[in-house]
Amino acid sequence: MADATVLDTLGLLCPMPVIRTQERVRELDAGSVLEVLATDPGAVHDIRAWCRVHGHEFLHHRDCREARCDDAERAHIHIRLRIS
Amino acid sequence: MKQQRKAVALISGGLDSLLAARVVMDQGVHVEGLNFYTGFCVEGHTHAIRQRPAEKPKRNNALWVAEQLGIKLHIVDVIEQYKDVVLNPKHGYGTHLNPCLDCKIFMVKKALAWGFMEEHGFDFIITGEVMGQRPMSQRKQTLPLIAKESGADDRLLRPLSAKHLPETLPEREGWVDRQRLHAFHGRNRKPQLALAKALGFSDWAQPAGGCCFLTNADYSAKLRDLWASKGSRDYDLDDIVLLKVGRHLRPGPDFKVILGREEGENHYLEGYRKRFLTLRVLSHRGPLCLVDGTPTAEQVVLAARILARYSQGRDDARVQVSVERPGGTGEVLEVVPLTAQQVRDEWRV
Repeated sequence: MADATVLDTLGLLCPMPVIRTQERVRELDAGSVLEVLATDPGAVHDIRAWCRVHGHEFLHHRDCREARCDDAERAHIHIRLRIS
Repeated sequence: MKQQRKAVALISGGLDSLLAARVVMDQGVHVEGLNFYTGFCVEGHTHAIRQRPAEKPKRNNALWVAEQLGIKLHIVDVIEQYKDVVLNPKHGYGTHLNPCLDCKIFMVKKALAWGFMEEHGFDFIITGEVMGQRPMSQRKQTLPLIAKESGADDRLLRPLSAKHLPETLPEREGWVDRQRLHAFHGRNRKPQLALAKALGFSDWAQPAGGCCFLTNADYSAKLRDLWASKGSRDYDLDDIVLLKVGRHLRPGPDFKVILGREEGENHYLEGYRKRFLTLRVLSHRGPLCLVDGTPTAEQVVLAARILARYSQGRDDARVQVSVERPGGTGEVLEVVPLTAQQVRDEWRV
């Protein structure tokens, strides 16, 4: 996981996770991986769609309640994409 | 070789902006979409918060439109800048707190600033406005006003009603052929539906009650109540999102009770437990309850009794309610649920 830049959108509702993703992607180089943490399940669909229209690669997502994550009290999602 | 011109299209996620963008794309213009997030959009939050039937997956309609068109979509957060539109609309409000005309001027002005930045280099702006379709912002008199006050002037093209309007720069320069634009007018949607069919579209968003919460009477009442309780006409994003969630009751001027109406809302309200006094029913199934304001101990008990009324223990003698303060301290109360008659109509915001 150390190769990815992490973006925290925990607690934000759509479309804020995709807006924050878009802003962060602008600062990153092609080929780099961004991991987005989100609590809104709609973020998976939105970020996947956003990747499709901008030509980025949606890698995968996974649900998480792991204690090492910042917001372990709430179910959240890790979303990974590779910037093209 | 002829230079390909670039247009930025305001994409709301509805049918009109979809068609307007497509009509111009079909003339060989490079189009990219722009969607502004004001915080009041029915899109997004409501879909995210409320439980939805499994067969209706959540989607961002503006992104979906962009996918149908095969264009890029840029979603821009304008929450802060938009406050001035909501709080001080030069052209006033519509039926509720909807500043539709100022809103459209704001969005076109923003599109102009964004699209004409050197790094973007767009030539003109497209909107899906249809003359006569909306009572405030899409009248014959207001369409030219939007072009003028936004500063876009003749760089603003409305492909669906272009033939009712003066020639614009892209038409004059031959970037688009005016003859291939449209003359839609009024509230009749049949021309749009026919065009959608002709272009092969069969699915698009049709938000019931419009796409902006400010056109909604109940929402506007909650926003007015928020301003009255704050003592000033101001808001932040959390304020306006919370107005979309749950049942709001104000038993006293200093505090308001927010109750989740279903699991999705309860889940969402959980996210505010570190900011608000949070009440939960321990002895029965029941909603999550946030208390906004500075309630006294007696008022906390009243909030717990209201919560008990909306729990499955409403007909029992006692209901156990936990009270968690934002700092982490708390207590457990045993309360008598209010009766239906004791929940006063005037509390409902």
